[in-house]
Amino acid sequence: MLRDITLGQYYPSDSVIHKMDPRVKLFGTIVFIISLFLFQKISVYVVATLFLAAVIMISKVPFSFMVKGLKGIFVLMMITVVFNLFLTPGTTAFAIRKLKVTWEGIRQAAFMAVRLTYLILGSSVLTLTTTPNNLTDGLEKALSPLKVIKVPVHEISMMMSIALRFIPILLDETDKIMKAQMARCADFESGGLIKKAKSLVPLLVPLFISAFRRANDLAMAMEARGYRGGEGRTKMKPLIYKKRDHVAYVILLTYLVCIIATGNIIAF
Amino acid sequence: MGIIEAAKLAFEYKKYDENGEVEETIRAVDGVDLDVKKGDFVAVLGHNGSGKSTLAKQINAILTPTDGTLYVDGMDVRDEKNIWDVRKTAGMVFQNPDNQIIGTVVEEDVGFGPENMGIPTEEIWERVEESLKSVGMWEYRKNSPNKLSGGQKQRVAIAGVVAMHPKCIVLDEPTAMLDPNGRKEVIRAVRALNQVEKVTAILITHYMEEVIYADKVIVMDDGKIVMQGTPFEIFAQVDTLKKYRLDVPQVTLLAHELRKAGVDLPECVLSTEELVKALCQ
Repeated sequence: MLRDITLGQYYPSDSVIHKMDPRVKLFGTIVFIISLFLFQKISVYVVATLFLAAVIMISKVPFSFMVKGLKGIFVLMMITVVFNLFLTPGTTAFAIRKLKVTWEGIRQAAFMAVRLTYLILGSSVLTLTTTPNNLTDGLEKALSPLKVIKVPVHEISMMMSIALRFIPILLDETDKIMKAQMARCADFESGGLIKKAKSLVPLLVPLFISAFRRANDLAMAMEARGYRGGEGRTKMKPLIYKKRDHVAYVILLTYLVCIIATGNIIAF
Repeated sequence: MGIIEAAKLAFEYKKYDENGEVEETIRAVDGVDLDVKKGDFVAVLGHNGSGKSTLAKQINAILTPTDGTLYVDGMDVRDEKNIWDVRKTAGMVFQNPDNQIIGTVVEEDVGFGPENMGIPTEEIWERVEESLKSVGMWEYRKNSPNKLSGGQKQRVAIAGVVAMHPKCIVLDEPTAMLDPNGRKEVIRAVRALNQVEKVTAILITHYMEEVIYADKVIVMDDGKIVMQGTPFEIFAQVDTLKKYRLDVPQVTLLAHELRKAGVDLPECVLSTEELVKALCQ
């Protein structure tokens, strides 16, 4: 059962956004996030909303999937909103005893809430439309200029993709060890927090030993198949920009220009 | 000249005690002479700790011999600069199917070897297609390896080696962790490779049923080669095999016992059909 879990939250579909080069999507996400923090004007957020809505429509991912990501940050968002409401100085709108709520605070809190929501929605478009593998490939290629300053870009992305492959296997193993220890009367359920933490020791020790053994085997298998780092390696699925990717870059730049223009021209 | 030639080959493990001092030296492989011809199917038998896995790892240049010589397709494995060519020539399939699959998609894993060799993209795809078809796993190319059965995973691992176009493929107990069906699948794939593609196969195993198709059987015990010959010659010596803690196939054992009891049977019987035929005469 554990083997069937999908990592990340990839939603398979055949939209243009799904087919796009992961580098474009990475760049797009960054541009979108920056655009959210450039100005504090309603007009700018209208443009951002339109853009985000259009992207979500094109991606063919149901909106309910997007909203799932928001649940995780709900508490964080509430805290930010409350702090902004009460702690922003300015003209008082109303007061609850000694706690003053200012007009500026209301405005600030509303902007913050919208910002965070859009941040999550924007980045979930990336993770929902890109497979984890594709994402690592994109990261490797996008960060490859860093090789000049000796950042081991290839190694990092190789580690990430191996980790992705082994997570389900190790989960499965955890399940097996847990059952085996339970058959030997190990108790993982009862007791307080400290006792529960202690009861994890007989689970974690064998898990770590087995993970190291697997790592050793895998390293040997990789060497046997001629792996010697990123140098001189070719790619089975190289990332090459297609026409749609160039178009996407142009759209992204136009979007950024629009944001800056509205931010500077329109006063509210 | 054979594809694998070993003379007085030896490998030593050093066992350290808690203070980091050498406690004892174990000779895992001890004076092995071996000559494997191109296109042969060689099976290596031996109980646990007989040194057969160590021998296999030397052929792939994962372990460097401590003594003696080993040439793979004319290349000395002890020479540092030959290592990568040796690994290209002699591919290796390991025991645990989970721990040797690197890709998260079947086709990507098969492409891993050729990627390392720096082969152009189009040719990688050709090789992946051809090798996945040769082990009968082409339909599963888009699957995640985690969803395959053990036998299927092992066939993917074999395809991954085949895609590197090796002249020789070393299989280190590829069926030890599989169920009987998976075992049959894997052995069928290896035989097909050997007969159709003429790849030299060295199969290390302790399942006797798997070696009856081999051209040559080698029995190892305590790091030494103790028996060598065709499956027919080896299995005729049931009592010697028992001395090395090896079992003969059930049919062979039955025929052997029947012969001892006075039934008129040929010296060695390898398959059920043969026995039925011999008994019905």
